[in-house]
Amino acid sequence: MATTDANAPTKASWIQKNKLSIAPWFFLIPALCFFAVYVVIPIFESLYLSLFEWNGLYRADGTSTAEFVGFENYQKLWTDPKFWVSLKNNVLWLFLFMLAVPVGLFIALFLNQTVPGMRFYKSMFFFPFVISQVVVGLIFGWFYNPDFGVVGSIYKALYCEEVTNLLGNLTTRCDGSPPDILSSAEYATYGIIAAGLWPQIAYCMILYLTGLNNVAVDQIEAARLDGAKGWKMLWYVVVPQLKPATFIAVVVTVIGALRSFDMIAIMTQGGPFGSTNVLSYYMFETAISEYGERYGYGSAIATVLFAIMLVFISYFLYRMYQDEKGGR
Amino acid sequence: MFHKTKTALAAFAATTAMTSAAFAGDLVINFDDLNPAPKAAFEAAVEAFKAENPDINVTVNINDREAHKTAIRNFLTADAPDVTSWYPGNRMAPFTDAGLFQGVDDVWDDNGLRDTFAAIEPTMTRDGVTYGVPYSYYQWGIYYRKDLFDKLGLEEPQTWDELLAACAPMKENGVTPFTIGTKFLWTAAGVFDYINLRTNGYEVHNALTAGEIKYTDPRIVNTFKNWETLINDCGFVDNHASMSWQDALAPFANGDAGMYVMGNFAVSGMKDAGLTEEQIDYFQFPQIDASIPRAEEAPADAFFIPTNAKNPEDAKKFLAFIARADIQGPWNDAIGQLPPNSEATIGESKFLKEGMETLSTAAGLAQFYDRDAPAAMAKAGMEGFQKFMLDTSTMMEVLEELDRVQAEVYK
Repeated sequence: MATTDANAPTKASWIQKNKLSIAPWFFLIPALCFFAVYVVIPIFESLYLSLFEWNGLYRADGTSTAEFVGFENYQKLWTDPKFWVSLKNNVLWLFLFMLAVPVGLFIALFLNQTVPGMRFYKSMFFFPFVISQVVVGLIFGWFYNPDFGVVGSIYKALYCEEVTNLLGNLTTRCDGSPPDILSSAEYATYGIIAAGLWPQIAYCMILYLTGLNNVAVDQIEAARLDGAKGWKMLWYVVVPQLKPATFIAVVVTVIGALRSFDMIAIMTQGGPFGSTNVLSYYMFETAISEYGERYGYGSAIATVLFAIMLVFISYFLYRMYQDEKGGR
Repeated sequence: MFHKTKTALAAFAATTAMTSAAFAGDLVINFDDLNPAPKAAFEAAVEAFKAENPDINVTVNINDREAHKTAIRNFLTADAPDVTSWYPGNRMAPFTDAGLFQGVDDVWDDNGLRDTFAAIEPTMTRDGVTYGVPYSYYQWGIYYRKDLFDKLGLEEPQTWDELLAACAPMKENGVTPFTIGTKFLWTAAGVFDYINLRTNGYEVHNALTAGEIKYTDPRIVNTFKNWETLINDCGFVDNHASMSWQDALAPFANGDAGMYVMGNFAVSGMKDAGLTEEQIDYFQFPQIDASIPRAEEAPADAFFIPTNAKNPEDAKKFLAFIARADIQGPWNDAIGQLPPNSEATIGESKFLKEGMETLSTAAGLAQFYDRDAPAAMAKAGMEGFQKFMLDTSTMMEVLEELDRVQAEVYK
């Protein structure tokens, strides 16, 4: 019977003795497995692949056609102008995307007031972050379109006249041609970044809005009694209290800028002639697009992007670690 | 590591249920066009094959064209069908070089295909082995607004000078001579190929796409100079870099642009845009140098037998069957293209008749820049063409960059 055992002296098993230290690992196992299979192992596979030249094919007997080339892929990167264009665009993205942080802050300050219907306005400002990036890309693609977009329509209204052409159909005749932002090597990247900023600003705004809820009212009042107002109030009293929100906003913006891919894929496919490529899109184009199939070279690009991201991620993790230590 | 990836790919191919296990008498065919007309024409040919070979149990997998391009890389090793559709020229090279397609010289020899398919044989052959059998191809050339030409009193230009001369009255009347949409790049390659074929001929086209001559070679520079003349004297629509080839039909349909360097598939697009057969017509890309024999662009679609096919005997039977004139004729009539078999009858459309006339008298058939050149070279080349079209002063810069890519791609 079950009760007899209760009186017997129990010998604690190893599992029972170490329950507390095992339990967390036990619960972590599923996440660790997936993280290893989908993140950690692919990172090493990709590093390894970058030392090969491979078109992704296997021979009929199942052996790989990959050929070991050592660091040749990296040497090629060094002399590849398209790689440098992509890298330059990545830097552009990184800097211009940072605008999302201050702009988001000001919109948040603007919206942080009690007016009837404020929730509605807030949700309207947040809207671009909710809709898919693909939709944002399409909308901006049409916006810039020189034939039927907003940009084209405004230009046509100013500089074009409607005439009947030789075959009796209506057509527009213009002085010069309307600006074609997405087909211009000079401006296309800026056009895409502007599209990317729209949802990113909304994201930063929502981070600051939640941050503003936690701003200590007594400190604001104390500052007001001491005569602080306007910019000084913002800079010395409000912004320091928003530091956690700022940190997160900067982190998501940096990562968002470095992995910008969907906007480019939708709006220009890296064109015209590769001038809007960034590393992530160039990697996709080289490795798995129709005209690519160069897996080794694509992996080398991925490795460079990974190294750049690693710098930022290590810094962020370090900061978070320091903050946690300081908080205790 | 590569093996691990391979098993993963195999599992993927199995779950997407591309193919089913086959034993003797079973024939699995993968086809890559889901559009109604090509699909129906293919299925009709398969039905005819079944009727003649009742002992063969045919299974057909039809996939979307783009999905097929990805899937074929997996299923050729993981779970190969007995017959698959694919493209000749350099597009088949990665597969033939990896030994994933098997040569079918016996099919060609036993059925007299070397005669009936003589024009297309070189592009089906690599390193002395002939792979696959083409079932369809189509012509390229200049499609133009006949009503517009009539109104301006213009004739179909036969020579380069006549073409350039025809542009002047168009421009005077506010018509842009050429429409094009280079957003997806390949359309610009059509223009380049034609100017190059007319300036230097078929051998130079092949030598260039095979990496044997440089882009800064004086002959290629001449091609670009002619192209520059075409851009300056005739001109293409503005904003072509933001348009797809379908978008570029709009100015053509509206009568704002007069000509379009395109493949025959564009005719149905033009008709969808509201044009009637009387409003549009076709002429061969004009002659530039009278001493150069006329070669044409004629991209073909073909069927191949994978090395891992489980039933190669019946697969060869199928290839021999679809090579027949009485099969290729009705098939291509249904899809509005041309049969590569020179003995097959062609459709009634005036474009097909002109196309047949154009291709059967051509001195050589090119597959198209992005099928003749390796993928990495084609991508860089087409980006270069787009850059040049947007700003002709970048010519030498573009050509030097292409030389650099060429040195890297062909080793």
